[in-house]
Amino acid sequence: MAGKPKLHYFNGRGRMECIRWLLAAAGVEFEEKFIEQPEDLDKLRNDGSLMFQQVPMVEIDGMKLVQTRAILNYIATKYNLYGKDMKERALIDMYSEGVEDLGEMIMHLPLCPPDQKDAKIAQIKERTTNRYFPAFEKVLKNHGQDYLVGNKLSKADIHLVELVYYVEEMDPSLLANFPLLKGLKARVSSLPAVKKFLQPGSQRKPPMDEKNLEEAKRIFRIK
Amino acid sequence: MTFFPPWPNCIVLNTAGKNTEITRSVLGAYRKPKPAVMAAKPKLWYFHGRGRMESIRWLLAAAGVEFEEEFLETREQYEKLQKDGRLLFGQVPLVEIDGMELTQTRAILSYLAAKYNLHGKDLKETVRYQSARANTWFFSKLCLPIRRLRSDAAFQPGGRGGDKGRCFLALAVKKAKTRYFPVFEKVGCGDPDFLVGNKFSWADIQLLEAILTMEELDASVLSDFPLLKEFKTRFSNIPTIKKFLQPGSQRKPPPDSHYVEVVRNILQF
Repeated sequence: MAGKPKLHYFNGRGRMECIRWLLAAAGVEFEEKFIEQPEDLDKLRNDGSLMFQQVPMVEIDGMKLVQTRAILNYIATKYNLYGKDMKERALIDMYSEGVEDLGEMIMHLPLCPPDQKDAKIAQIKERTTNRYFPAFEKVLKNHGQDYLVGNKLSKADIHLVELVYYVEEMDPSLLANFPLLKGLKARVSSLPAVKKFLQPGSQRKPPMDEKNLEEAKRIFRIK
Repeated sequence: MTFFPPWPNCIVLNTAGKNTEITRSVLGAYRKPKPAVMAAKPKLWYFHGRGRMESIRWLLAAAGVEFEEEFLETREQYEKLQKDGRLLFGQVPLVEIDGMELTQTRAILSYLAAKYNLHGKDLKETVRYQSARANTWFFSKLCLPIRRLRSDAAFQPGGRGGDKGRCFLALAVKKAKTRYFPVFEKVGCGDPDFLVGNKFSWADIQLLEAILTMEELDASVLSDFPLLKEFKTRFSNIPTIKKFLQPGSQRKPPPDSHYVEVVRNILQF
């Protein structure tokens, strides 16, 4: 019987958080090995465990998978969160990519130089309310179903709900004009596995603070 | 084997006015009727240049799939697409295919690769297929940073030939030589013919594209990578790819100042 997936990353959200969300929502228990020193990362590289010298890396089913999307796609396929056919998968991919585009902007905010931060935040808010949230609200409105694709929970719903939480952390009022998105968030959040993940003490990681940022910079040798 | 009543060989117009062709084998067993309408060609909406659409053109060309292109030349065209609600996130590339309006480059590539069997012959949901598919994603994604640097270079002040532009391009070549090509050279050792799962795959096409565009910037970029050189020669000679590499194909040239100007004008930046 295969062991639990093992996640290699530093103790923060970064590019691993969406993977944690997906595994959690799929009800899959996982272990984490935190990279705490630059030397830990060096060791993984020298062992040949990181194909392109980068993390996230997930040990699963005898493989050492790297590249966030590859990992997410594998997990989604394995746990039936990727639609029932190619066309549904195309829609799921399209929606996931949109979520990722906005998510990437939010993720990079802590690294933004202080004098550019306000402009960046304004841009994120603008994109959220003018581009991304309207697009997803429209998808939900057009088919009137509970989930984005195929009337069934998929990775797209999980990624989107995760994103909604981050947007709310930034500014709760941004969700105001999007009732269907609010509904999706409530629905996905009340699924037992997700509800558990949302509780304190789970493997969900908090927002990046100064200390966490310093740690990440130190580990990844970012100036 | 499915059996149908003995219709004569003829073209029958159904009520929708489309052609239905029914054929009959000599043994009296009947083949299934062909689909009513020849599947429409995919239609690509983008600027007249490489950008984010080029990897999609490569994939279609390599798979031997004919496609149509609509080129965005004015802001008005772009705004119309947006107003008509055809761009989910207001962005191109857009590909019309199989009744869908797909945006997001990776989503499009993944759909096309699956449709045209470029993940390999074995489409069963086995671990092997899943891991090959996962590998394909990350191999193909590798070329992305290099591509980003190249396209960003074109949009620097002074274009590709300006100081910043040349810097970006030099960095792209450096990354190719030091981070990405060594990995592919190593993987090539284990599997001499194909990158992923022993089949001609989407990852192979992307690697070939990356190699050729890097060579445009630095003709000696493959000098330390004999297996990649061999891969390049072999793949360039695959008939569909060979055709795409010839002048007059739908392959697009490197971005020049005119292209940069059109894009800036349409996207208003």
